Amino acid sequence: MKEYKRITTPLTEDVIADLRIGDRVLISGVLYTARDAAHKRLVELIEQGKPLPIDLQGQIIYYVGPAPAKPGQVIGSAGPTTSYRMDPYTIPLLKLGLKGMIGKGNRSPEIRKACQVYKAVYFEAVGGAGALLAKRIVSVEIVAYEDLGPEAIRRLEVKDFPVIVANDIYGGDIFEEGVRKYRLTGTG
Amino acid sequence: MREIPYETVVETVKQMCMEANYEMGPDMYAALRTALEREESPQGKAVLEQIIENAEIAKTERVPICQDTGVAVFFVEVGEDVKIVGGSLKDAIYEGVRKGYQEGYLRKSMVQDPLRRVNTGDNTPPIIHFDLVPGDKLRLLFAAKGGGSENMSVARLFAPAAGKEGIKKFVLEVVEKAGGNPCPPIVIGVGIGGNFEMSAILAKKALFRPIGSRHPDPFYAQMEEEILEEVNKLGIGPMGMGGRVTAFDVHIEVMPCHIASLPVAVNIQCHANRHVEREL
Repeated sequence: MKEYKRITTPLTEDVIADLRIGDRVLISGVLYTARDAAHKRLVELIEQGKPLPIDLQGQIIYYVGPAPAKPGQVIGSAGPTTSYRMDPYTIPLLKLGLKGMIGKGNRSPEIRKACQVYKAVYFEAVGGAGALLAKRIVSVEIVAYEDLGPEAIRRLEVKDFPVIVANDIYGGDIFEEGVRKYRLTGTG
Repeated sequence: MREIPYETVVETVKQMCMEANYEMGPDMYAALRTALEREESPQGKAVLEQIIENAEIAKTERVPICQDTGVAVFFVEVGEDVKIVGGSLKDAIYEGVRKGYQEGYLRKSMVQDPLRRVNTGDNTPPIIHFDLVPGDKLRLLFAAKGGGSENMSVARLFAPAAGKEGIKKFVLEVVEKAGGNPCPPIVIGVGIGGNFEMSAILAKKALFRPIGSRHPDPFYAQMEEEILEEVNKLGIGPMGMGGRVTAFDVHIEVMPCHIASLPVAVNIQCHANRHVEREL
């Protein structure tokens, strides 16, 4: 079993430079949640030259729409959603200093390249492990777009949130590399 | 005419929504354990271990396995000699979904309009496929169908000349293109025949079969096995990061079709394969 790297937010250049695809990472600190609808609104604000409801400098966005909390829970199940849907909105956020993204599934070649250009990292969390991941979230606060329900922007405080580096600042891609290693056939 | 009270259907549907979302079926537990034994990739093994641990937490704490508690999909077989009293069957299912998703702390994932996208707030409407059958029973199949895997599903109308090989190639293309997006290891439902819409319904229905079950017709049973073997050679692995186990199973459902057509639909199901069945 590989060891975990422990990192805290906000992410610094040194920390980011040390992350390579396949690294298992435990994140502590703050994550902001945003998925489809919140991304659309953020990018519309950027296009209109208006300020965003959150400061993205050095931050990580977690692509998640959590389930409602049961009494006694901090948050309901909270696993990652599929990341490619956020691809069209990602570069404007990277330009504002966003340094990390957590989701599931591979990104477009443009985003993979943008991780190199803007020195940002894309992490994969295990999809469908929402009950387990929710236990690593210690506090939740809605910071914008409450009307979006599960899609509102939340500020999560996390402790040892488990992820895997999927795209690093060196152009690496865990999906491409992983599949190459285990592939036995072609569909051609 | 046998009578079933409206409230009985409401309560049953409510319980089904919660149970499916909290608890993985025994076939899925077995499939996950087998996958963990077979998987060679360390990354893949770590993912499978997390999925199993997650299922245990969900079951013990009565919380959703996955935050995407899905579109509520039903196949309902209504006996010709059964009648719902005190309200309509459709209303009862809607009410059961509303209660199940609210009282069960399940996520509400339905938007009222596909383009204007305002959440309906109670996870209705469900998608219901009704069928009239002989007898005096009411059989309900429920699946909590997540959006991530549904988005990777494809239907295509082939010329009959495409045949078995054309279909196999198509399924492999769909799975390969999906990669890690639908949360593999996946279950693959393949609907062949019928017409445009029926092939998709067949593919959905195929997902309700237990893992490891085979089509009763040996021709299709063999085809299921062949596709499964080929899919697991793709190397996609758990969560797409490489590995031996890309799919738990392939289930094919078929129907007669037009002389000019060969409709084929591939419905992808994530590893959080959540469905339950009740008979009233």
